[in-house]
Amino acid sequence: MNLHEYQSKGIFRAAGIPVPPGDVVSNVEDALAAAERFGYPVVVKAQVLVGGRGKAGGVKVVRGGEELSREAGRILGMELRGLKVNRVLITPSAEIAREYYAGIVLDRRNESPLLMVSPAGGIDIEEVARAGPEKILRIPIDGRGLPGYRARAAARFLDKDPAVQKRIVPILIRLVRAYHDQDASLAEINPLAVTKDGLVLALDAKIVLDDNALDRHPDLAAMRDLSAEDPGEIEARERGLSYVKLDGTIGCVVNGAGLAMATMDLIQFHGGKPANFLDIGGSSNPDKVEAAMHILTGDPRVRAVLFNIFGGITRCDDVARGLLLALDRLNVRIPIVIRLTGTNEKEAREILGERGLMALSDMDEAVRAVIARAAEAA
Amino acid sequence: MSVLVGRATKVVVQGITGRDGSFHTRGMLDYGTKVVAGVTPGKGGDKVHSVPVFDSVEEAVAKTGANCSVIYVPAALAQDAIYEAVDSGIPLVVCISEGIPVRDMVEVSAYTRGRQVRLVGPNCPGLISPGSCKVGIMPGTIVKPGKVGVVSRSGTLTYEVVWQLTRAGLGQSTCIGIGGDPIVGTRFADMLALYQQDPGTEAIVLIGEIGGSDEEDAALLIRRAISKPVVAFIAGQTAPPGKRMGHAGAIVSGGSGTAQEKMARLQEAGIPVAKTPSEIPGLIAAALRPRRKSKLKLVRAKAKKPAPATRRRGR
Repeated sequence: MNLHEYQSKGIFRAAGIPVPPGDVVSNVEDALAAAERFGYPVVVKAQVLVGGRGKAGGVKVVRGGEELSREAGRILGMELRGLKVNRVLITPSAEIAREYYAGIVLDRRNESPLLMVSPAGGIDIEEVARAGPEKILRIPIDGRGLPGYRARAAARFLDKDPAVQKRIVPILIRLVRAYHDQDASLAEINPLAVTKDGLVLALDAKIVLDDNALDRHPDLAAMRDLSAEDPGEIEARERGLSYVKLDGTIGCVVNGAGLAMATMDLIQFHGGKPANFLDIGGSSNPDKVEAAMHILTGDPRVRAVLFNIFGGITRCDDVARGLLLALDRLNVRIPIVIRLTGTNEKEAREILGERGLMALSDMDEAVRAVIARAAEAA
Repeated sequence: MSVLVGRATKVVVQGITGRDGSFHTRGMLDYGTKVVAGVTPGKGGDKVHSVPVFDSVEEAVAKTGANCSVIYVPAALAQDAIYEAVDSGIPLVVCISEGIPVRDMVEVSAYTRGRQVRLVGPNCPGLISPGSCKVGIMPGTIVKPGKVGVVSRSGTLTYEVVWQLTRAGLGQSTCIGIGGDPIVGTRFADMLALYQQDPGTEAIVLIGEIGGSDEEDAALLIRRAISKPVVAFIAGQTAPPGKRMGHAGAIVSGGSGTAQEKMARLQEAGIPVAKTPSEIPGLIAAALRPRRKSKLKLVRAKAKKPAPATRRRGR
């Protein structure tokens, strides 16, 4: 789960990392009131869960009330890379001398967290890694957290001024601790800014949480911003499905994540465009099948739906019953192509056959069929 | 012949009284697996499908000589279950549980490092050596004894491929799902090394997916140390960046971990990469024909010199 900048800054602040003050507002009046309190100039920052907000016009420094009204009014309600901006962060503009990067991610190859710091701040760390890998210091993190001596080495790598280094050390130690304590999969300060008077501040913040750990962090789980998500994806999560919306026309309902990806790929291979990733999971609860159909039929771009079920633990007859249930309860007007094989395949064919539905058993054949049906429906 | 599990495997099921544990214990027994014990704290003395239940893994091992554990406990209890199995001296621990926090697995990884244990999973379907032993949840009906080793990060996609192999008359030595999480106990490279040593395995199918760099590491190892033919398939070519595709580990982040990148690395190592799952049996059959095999070796010899190995620790 991705957190907004203001939420991430809240976590950093609570962890003892210096963060500039800020107010999250959703209208121009509140923005003006916040700016009065901080004093101009202030920065208006769109709170949406996408990168590159600055380049897309979602971040603006303003010097007075009139300019703030105009810019806050423009940013609130604008679309930023497909996401509507409902909130902006108003924060005093700092006088920056230097900008650095500090971030911690999971290093899958070494199976441990990895702290990265770079004097090239304010830009994507992936870009730095490509253009100047020597500008990144990498520190693997083990069960000890970040030992002081390694934090000091990292601070020396970033800044020549011993007074500034002294301020960076506790920030890095606390960043590593926050990553651990909150079960994050990414915690990033970019830029970590040194102001003209030598203070060190987290000017921007990004935290991604491990979805599998949210159960033990009810406070963090409550931070989920539903307005930032696709309604289908929200419904899917509530009904225990794994769904990702894409921009094609062929919906797919599959059991298992790997097979679901392979099905999308096969649709593209045979010349179609997948409308989604959807995994109904290992169990074959008919309600889940109905929920899946509800989500897919709610997407106006979907012209045909492919069921691709490999019965192992999932029983094909259960999926067939779920599909009939969905057809009874929902007004489904698009063609459906079914591919079933494995456990209780015969029973499933009988159940479907009574309703005049036919199931194929070969995956390639089914994919070609659904592409043809989608083309007819267009 | 097979790897990791076979006729000598004696299984203890952790979480045997739970819904999943009990259901899949039945499935393993039906397949002929020697399930000798179950463990659920507080339920010692019970029986599930005639299998005796103990309060601890230590007791189960002492009384039954179990040498493999399979874990079906809820995610929140899985780390503890793995620790218990490892500390009881079990050499092979298969964790089926899904949804374990990454931090728990970082800690498990640090703990098992240097210890004499092989962990398979978590978030995996387990493994099956056709005709002799099944540990986990793979359907026994789709496999057939033979010479192809199958290793995959997926569940049902593995079944799909195994079923297509079986229908084409290509039986399997051992099929294993290593799991879809960012951190898993056994990786592609570990399995390739095991298949290479196994006299009963003559060709290997590797089924990868987006996320991480396990397939790239496997490609490096194949160039260096695997002489048996390998055929690969990578799922997720159409997956958008930054979105998790069901599996916790299946995500393209910061432009790395793409299917295209993985396919390129494997092809550079001289490995045929199937464009669709249905191409796999044909590629395996071709690789098993002697003439074609030598041709494959030629391609591999011509492939670029391997980069310095970034192999993980040996186990």
